[in-house]
Parts: sequence; structure tokens; C-alpha cells
Amino acid sequence: MSLSQAEVVLAGDSGDGAGGSLGRDAWRRLRRNPVAIAGAILVFLFVAVALLAPWLAPFPPDKPVGQVTPTSIPGPSAEHWFGLDDLGRDEFTRILWGARWSLVIGVVSLLLGMTGGLLLGLLAGAFGGVVDTVVMRFVDMVLAIPGLLFAIGVAAMLGSGLEAVMIAIAVVNVPIFARLLRGQMLAQRQSDYVLAATSVGVRRRRIVLGHILPNSLTPVIVQGTLTLATAIVDAAGLAFLGLSSNDPSIPEWGRMLADTQRYLSSAPLLAVFPGLAIIFAALGFTLLGESLREALDPKYRR
Amino acid sequence: MLRFVVRRLALLVPILLGLSILLFLWVRALPGGPAEALLGERATPEAVERVRRLYGLDRPWYEQYFTWVGNLLRGDLGVSTRTQHPVLEELLRTFPATMELALTAMIFAVGVGIPLGYFAARRHGSWLDHLSVAGSLFGITIPVFFLGYMLKFVFAEKLGILPTDGRQDPLLDVVHPTGFYVLDGLVSGNLEAFADAFQHLILPGIALGTIPLAIVVRITRASVLDVLHEDYVRTAEAKGLKPATIRGRHVLRNAMLPIITIIGLQVGLLLGGAVLTETVFAFPGFGKFIADSIMARDYAVLQGFILFTAVVFVLVNLLVDIAYGLIDPRVRVA
Repeated sequence: MSLSQAEVVLAGDSGDGAGGSLGRDAWRRLRRNPVAIAGAILVFLFVAVALLAPWLAPFPPDKPVGQVTPTSIPGPSAEHWFGLDDLGRDEFTRILWGARWSLVIGVVSLLLGMTGGLLLGLLAGAFGGVVDTVVMRFVDMVLAIPGLLFAIGVAAMLGSGLEAVMIAIAVVNVPIFARLLRGQMLAQRQSDYVLAATSVGVRRRRIVLGHILPNSLTPVIVQGTLTLATAIVDAAGLAFLGLSSNDPSIPEWGRMLADTQRYLSSAPLLAVFPGLAIIFAALGFTLLGESLREALDPKYRR
Repeated sequence: MLRFVVRRLALLVPILLGLSILLFLWVRALPGGPAEALLGERATPEAVERVRRLYGLDRPWYEQYFTWVGNLLRGDLGVSTRTQHPVLEELLRTFPATMELALTAMIFAVGVGIPLGYFAARRHGSWLDHLSVAGSLFGITIPVFFLGYMLKFVFAEKLGILPTDGRQDPLLDVVHPTGFYVLDGLVSGNLEAFADAFQHLILPGIALGTIPLAIVVRITRASVLDVLHEDYVRTAEAKGLKPATIRGRHVLRNAMLPIITIIGLQVGLLLGGAVLTETVFAFPGFGKFIADSIMARDYAVLQGFILFTAVVFVLVNLLVDIAYGLIDPRVRVA
């Protein structure tokens, strides 16, 4: 009996790769976790709707398709599943298109913020010393401003609009990613494999980029998934405050919610649909991120 | 302990200094420059020149910075272009309302969150535990303003048991010696005003407190779960201590450390969330004032209010550090 077979027998598991690499192990636990499955389904639906909105939507998103007056806004019907909005547009169509905008805002702001944060974190973590001190004091300073207020300030400075919202959310996330990556890199620097690489004469740049960085990225992936959720909710908040695009043809969930405020008593469902859409999109990424965190945490490894 | 506090205070100086530079640069970077931002549509070249000279914007930037910081230290945060009142005055007028609201939200979050998280951990794996985990995951994804709408729609508009908006019934005959309306009702002996102000706080307080509640439940549950499996708890059980003593002195006290840190961090969330909540409930506080200032591009207000929030946030976290030091002697030496 070879050693690997012995291990499988000793592990007493069904033999589907128990005791494999951390990645494979995490994947196995992820697939068995109902929370992860629920999150993945929600995320898949959200992304599918966002990509396929033009083909799924039964009506044009920016044109009135029925008669409405401020006192009578038709609710859900066989033709218009979610009813019409205050300007007579099909609400279901606008919710579908809204997924597209939320996804774009979420992904772009995440990529911008993560890139900025990772660069800063990499600088601090790789060089240490003065560079580290300067970067981390900057990070502390920015983190002293509550996130949403900071985003409001940045978006207002940029003069509102979709780009302003994306940049504002990205800027808020920069210090979070910077601090995370730096902390991870500092922890990895102490590890044995770095010592081993150093002792066999691997160059510093290769140690940082080829060994320390890849091993520090796990929590960054988790944080990125969770950040997508907060980015979607925060973008809706900024839109609610009037800081997003003021182009009425752009169906954006936060703005749709804000626009229906006046009709809350006559057509409350117009607030419910975009609200639920935001919750489900954010919930999908939260569930996925949380179960990823658990799956990748060696503490839970058996 | 005193040395610990002084050292923490000294750490504040570079952060505040950096913040002041950041906000100063922020205003310089505004589109079209501050003079144009101040004047808005009335920005003719002559008017711009006049405003630039009036505010000293024609002088070198470092001179402007020192003037700005000097004014700041004297409490001069500039003048709101929207209301024509000094920013500090507006801040002092609106902040008590937000403090009242944030405290209500915090009491709700901590009062419900710690017991819920604690019992979820004690009955690990029970339906209460699963419910609290699911509820807290759901809770952190609900947009504050959406929850506000729904609460307002159900409890104020449909059921009519709570007021829809504002801070107090405008028809009430009340005096405001402190600016905290609930407190005002009490000190002036006007119980009707006290009850009314309190009722106005319930819905916005719940809306604002839900995300902190979800976070407090999660952290409490995780923290108590960790502590329950510590050796010292088993030792305490083994030597026959009363269960109540073990829970109070060993479990809760040790579990409190991460909870306190998280509570401190919620203050930033509450002040940001106040902008959304107060807008939904037309609650005349600091957040509503910020929201209105965004529309008017009132940069002096945004700058002053954001700087103020940052200072409050930093100070609260300083208090958290000190509380930490009081509970856990190890922190004082570190």
C-alpha cells in the first residue's frame, strides 16, 4: 500500500480528495455549504439578468408604454408584471436593466479601488520602513472619515454622475485593501518558505512578486466579494442622494427608489421592487463572500 | 493608565493634521475652483476676482492653508452659501438631533444585539442560532433608506401608530433649553413633548440601527463562541463556580473586548447612515443638512461637517481604546 492510499484510508473520508491542497479542500467545502450555493445562485441570476437585460426585457426601459397620472399608477398585471412607474414605463423592464447598471458600478468601482489599494499595500508591504509608515499614516487618515460621508464628498467634488459614483466608491475602498494586503504580506514575510527562498538566493523582487504576493491574495478575494455587495448598496445610497447620473433614461435602482418617494402611499410597490433587487444582489455577494471566507480559513479545515 | 491615554492623544495629532491638509486640498480641487463654486451661476469674471480677493484666494497656497487652519482652530468653519449662516452655528444647531437619533439607534442595536448574539452562541446550532446568523447576513445588506421607507409606510402611513417625519409635532407648545428634544421635554416637565419627541425617534432609530444590530449580533455570537471553549471557562466549571458567575465574570467580560471595538466603529456608520435616514424621515439633523447641502453644492458646509465627523469618529475610537485599556490590562502595556 502506498503512502497516499494509507492517508485516504486513515482520513476515513469518501476518498474524493480529502487532505488535498487548501484550494481543493476549500472548493470541496464550498460545494457542500448550502449558504454558498444560495449565494452562488443569487450572484449567477444577477449577472445573467445584467448581461441579458436587452433580450429579457419585454419593453424599452426609457419610453412610456402606458397611461399614468400621479393619483393612479397601475400596479402589477399580466402584461406589466411589476406595473408601471410614475412616468408610465414598465417597472419590470427597468428592474432588469437596473441590474446591468448595478453590476457595472459594482465591478468598475471594485476594480479601481482594489487596484489602488493593492498597489499601496504592495508598496508598504514590500519596502517597509519609511514607505510603510507614510502609506499607513495616509491610510489611517482616510479611514478616519466615515465611508459614506467620504464617498459623498468625493462624488460631490467630481460633480455627480455615474463616473463620480464609481470613483467615489473606489476611493473609499482603497485604504481598506491597502491595509489588508500589507497586513497579509507582513505575516507572510515571517514564514519559512520566504526564509528558504532567501537562503537559496532568490532575488527580493521575485520573492515579493512570486511568493509573498500570491500567498497574500486569499483574503483579498474574500474582501473583494464582500466589497461588491457594499458597493451596490452604497451606489444606491449615493443615487438616492442625487449624486448619480440625472439622466432619466438610466434605470438605476437607488434612483428608482428615490424617485418613487412621492408616490409611496399610492404606489408602495414601486419602492419595494428596486429595494428587493438591491437586497438580493447584495445578499448574493455577501453569502458567497462569507462562505468563501469560511472555506478558505484553515481553522475550519478537518 | 494616564501614560496610555496621553500616548493615544499624541497619535491623534498627525492624523488631524493630515486630515486638515486633505480637506484643504479637496476644496482647492473643486471643479472651477472655490470662487466659482461659491458664486455658482453668478460667476462673472469680475465677481470671481472680487470673491478671490475677499477670501484671500489670490495669495500663495501655504499662506491660505495657515489662514484656514487658524480660522479652524478659532471655530471659524466659513459661511454656508445656502443659508448664509456660519457653518459652526449650523453644526451646533443640527448635531444634537443627530446625536439623539444615533444614540437611539445604538441603544437599539446593542440592547437587542448583545442578548441575541449571546443566546445564539449559548444555544449553538439551535433554530435561534440559525435565525440570528441568517438575520444578520440579511440585515447588513438592507439599504438604510429602503428600510426607512418600509417602516414609514407600514407603521406611520398604514397603521398610523407612529409619526411619519420630523422631530416633533409642530403644534406642540415646547421650549428647547438643551437642543435634545427628549431631554428638553423632561427638564421642562412637559411629558407630552417628551413622549412626542421619543415617538419621532423610534422609526428612524430602528432604520439607522439595523445594520449595527446585524453586526453586533454577529460579533457577539462569534466572540462568545470563542470564549466558551477557552480553557479558563472549563477550569471555572470544573472548580464548581456558579453558572451565573462563570457567564458574567468569565464569558461576558472576555467576550466584550471585540464587541466594544465594533461598537466604536459603528459610530462612523451611524453618522454616514444618518444622511440617508434623516432624508427619508425629514429629520432636521446633521445628515439632512448635509444632504440638502449636496444639492446646493454648499462646499463650506460639506467640508466643515465632514471634518467634524472625522474628529468625532477619531475621538470615539480613542474612547474605545481607553475602555479597552480599562477592561484588559494587557492593552495598557502594549
